[in-house]
Amino acid sequence: MQLSSDQIIFWQYGFAKLNLTIVTTWGLMLVMTLIAWLVTRRLEHSLTISRWQHVLEVITLSIKAQIEEVGLIQSRRYITFIGTLFLFILMANLCAIVPGYEPPTGSLSTTTALAFCVFIAVPLFGIRKQGLGDYLHSYMQPTVIMLPFNIMSELSRTLALAVRLFGNMMSGSMIIAILLTIIPFIFPLLLDVLHLITGVVQAYIFSVLATVYIAAATRGEEG
Amino acid sequence: MDSMTLIAVISIFTSDITIAIGSIGPALGEGRAVASALSSLAQQPDSAPTITRTLFVGLAMIESVAIYCLVVSMILIFANPFWSQSVATLAGN
Repeated sequence: MQLSSDQIIFWQYGFAKLNLTIVTTWGLMLVMTLIAWLVTRRLEHSLTISRWQHVLEVITLSIKAQIEEVGLIQSRRYITFIGTLFLFILMANLCAIVPGYEPPTGSLSTTTALAFCVFIAVPLFGIRKQGLGDYLHSYMQPTVIMLPFNIMSELSRTLALAVRLFGNMMSGSMIIAILLTIIPFIFPLLLDVLHLITGVVQAYIFSVLATVYIAAATRGEEG
Repeated sequence: MDSMTLIAVISIFTSDITIAIGSIGPALGEGRAVASALSSLAQQPDSAPTITRTLFVGLAMIESVAIYCLVVSMILIFANPFWSQSVATLAGN
């Protein structure tokens, strides 16, 4: 049994590898970009809009509402980043109903890359909102003694973000694989459904945590 | 028992103990969190979005403890430094 889709390698040249994870990620990116391009090619302003535009508007507006509820009022500034994270993880997890599909989020390299994006984006958003001095000063809140702990929490929450998504998605596929050898009748199906729910919840948790971290970094003094 | 077997036995045992004991605390904590969130939901259904979101964030925070244990036990099994060193020593001989 292989642990992740990283071990299926199509093409290798020295250090650079092309494995199933990268191919699936590119495929997902292609599909999502294509759908978004097809829908937004002709945007309508009239009272009757096409149903696909309606779907995209509902998705965008609900992500926007979620971001604003966490406390980021200027949600337009952050929706590109957080919405991309959410939609990508959601699509990656939900496509698990397609037979033969290995979710790229079940590989530690994908989730580490996503968590690293959050790790980079949080200070960037914080510096853009508060300025460099104020942002760095927020590490020394409430006292200077807290400086190493604040830095450590920054690192450990990135680790937790990566491993949470990876652990949940990997364990889901692994439990189904093990169950198929023990009781291959109805139970794998039920656990597959549970796995889909877990995927949606994990996508939500990942993006909400990213939002909360960004909100904490941009809030400044009172947070 | 040679040292390889000893390292393997201790690593596997420690990783099992790590994940077993390490998941007890977060499980109890998550149970308490969900229980109190449910009773708050029953009392104030209007503030359901806020409660649910806070619950998810809190659960994720509690879960991190179990995740650190998972990381430790996976390192012990898949990327054990002592095991690799002992394999390297054997290969050197």
